[in-house]
Amino acid sequence: MLARMRYWGLATTAMLLCCSNSVFAEETAAPAAAPAFDTGNVAWMLTSSALVLMMTAPGLALFYGGLVRKKNILSVFMQCLFLMGLMSVIWAVYGFSLSFGGTSPYIGNFDHVLLKDILPTAPGVWPAQGTTGIPKALFMAFQGMFFIITPALICGAFAERMKFSTMCVFMILWGTFVYCPIAHWVWADTGWLCEWNTAAPYRAIDFAGGTVVHITSGISALVCCLIMGKRLGFGQEPMPPHNLTYTAVGAAMLWMGWFGFNGGSAVGSNALAVNGMVSTHFAAAAGLITWAGLEWIQRGKASVLGACSGAVAGLVLITPGSGTVTAMWAMVLAVIGTCVCYWACTTLKSKMKYDDSLDAFGVHGVGGITGALLTGVFATEMVTNPGRKLGGIDGNWAQLVPQAVSVAAAIGIAVVGTTVILKILDATMGLRVTQDDEVQGLDVTQHGEEGYIFY
Amino acid sequence: MKKIEAVIRHFKLEEVKNALTAANIVGMTVTEVRGFGRQRGHKEQYRGAEYTVDFLPKLKVELVVNDEEVEKAVKIIIESARTGKVGDGKIFITPIDEVVRIRTGETGSTAI
Repeated sequence: MLARMRYWGLATTAMLLCCSNSVFAEETAAPAAAPAFDTGNVAWMLTSSALVLMMTAPGLALFYGGLVRKKNILSVFMQCLFLMGLMSVIWAVYGFSLSFGGTSPYIGNFDHVLLKDILPTAPGVWPAQGTTGIPKALFMAFQGMFFIITPALICGAFAERMKFSTMCVFMILWGTFVYCPIAHWVWADTGWLCEWNTAAPYRAIDFAGGTVVHITSGISALVCCLIMGKRLGFGQEPMPPHNLTYTAVGAAMLWMGWFGFNGGSAVGSNALAVNGMVSTHFAAAAGLITWAGLEWIQRGKASVLGACSGAVAGLVLITPGSGTVTAMWAMVLAVIGTCVCYWACTTLKSKMKYDDSLDAFGVHGVGGITGALLTGVFATEMVTNPGRKLGGIDGNWAQLVPQAVSVAAAIGIAVVGTTVILKILDATMGLRVTQDDEVQGLDVTQHGEEGYIFY
Repeated sequence: MKKIEAVIRHFKLEEVKNALTAANIVGMTVTEVRGFGRQRGHKEQYRGAEYTVDFLPKLKVELVVNDEEVEKAVKIIIESARTGKVGDGKIFITPIDEVVRIRTGETGSTAI
């Protein structure tokens, strides 16, 4: 009964809205009456945008902050917080336009510089984002949150040693020359890797950013720690995490925020968003018990850091497939992928002897690649009935080709872009703080503050 | 006057404090310390990186007592802080030249 009343209530409201709209149109002969937005879609996308922002800080800031030594906690928080400011401004000025403007398969243009045609074009007239039923401004804001967290993920690789000033310039350049192009390739309607672009040579499935976010940031992280070198004393003195409580809280926040990250990538409040959220949740769960379980078997104890790492690995792994992989297969995908991430963080890293301080490569790079490839296996038409076979379990093993191409493309632009930017900055600004500053800690030397004051 | 410094296990602090106050030995200072004696450290692992932790956390209880009370105080601490396993801690006793109560300026035994 209640449900029916609500239904009628909605219907009446809708009718009233229609009437008022048409009256409005007649009276003023207005410039194409403002499109009526879908309230459900708008509400969910507003929520998702907030959730994704929360992933960077406090989520990622706590997750990474707990893993460094206590003399560097503020530097990690500052990197995350400052990127919220810096990347947002760039996004509004030209980042969004460069990512989503124009019709080129390879790069955006400057049509929407300073948010032209994104913000209201006439009093009360909000441009609509295609047929999604949400304003362009909301789509822009949602995508902007990804522009913040992607570079923030890289911070895990050069934590405890990079100069703050250089980091700022690095992130501006990285966002411009690595993120914007690949976001355009994969997510702009005309991108050459875009799943829904029927003219694209390789229609890779990347629903929420396996390639765009995780492979680019993870691979760039590896390049960063290879070029910048190890932390002073790495391998000789102990560098255990200074507060795993923070890390655990951060991991839980990432998990929750990821519902917006993947669920919001549906750009609507619908079954696709439901799949995004449900698959994401179960992949994280499967990742968590896989990593912790492997530790339990191998070393006799399941650790908190292992559980956190496993959950994040599961989340990374399902990201590209969260719009096409159903929850049961998502768990299978996460179990396989988490084993690979576990191996990368525990065995590969110590064998190769690179100092990826917080395992940005081991989790996001390796997880991103594995997830993108496995999406080609587990994607299915069951989610959206797109009218074609999607992944291997649908019988379309050929999907592995565009998946592999998108992985290679992401690795390529990340390696080339990051290397060139770092080499230029190394020659001009210098990448690392001085040895004395590194010993003293970045909090005091870079920011003039301390995270913990006792008196 | 003597200073008694007892390095004890964390969870024994309440027992030690209660036993001492029950015997009318009041006033003590507690600090968190790290160290090792015969007790061996343990290993910790963070994503496969293994660290040996030699310095174990303990509490140091400091109290100053009159010479004739030293024996009693030490006995109480031993009884209340002991578990019988390696790592119960140690007691150090040193002479004290002078004690001054800041509020009144009293010195010696009356200031304890």
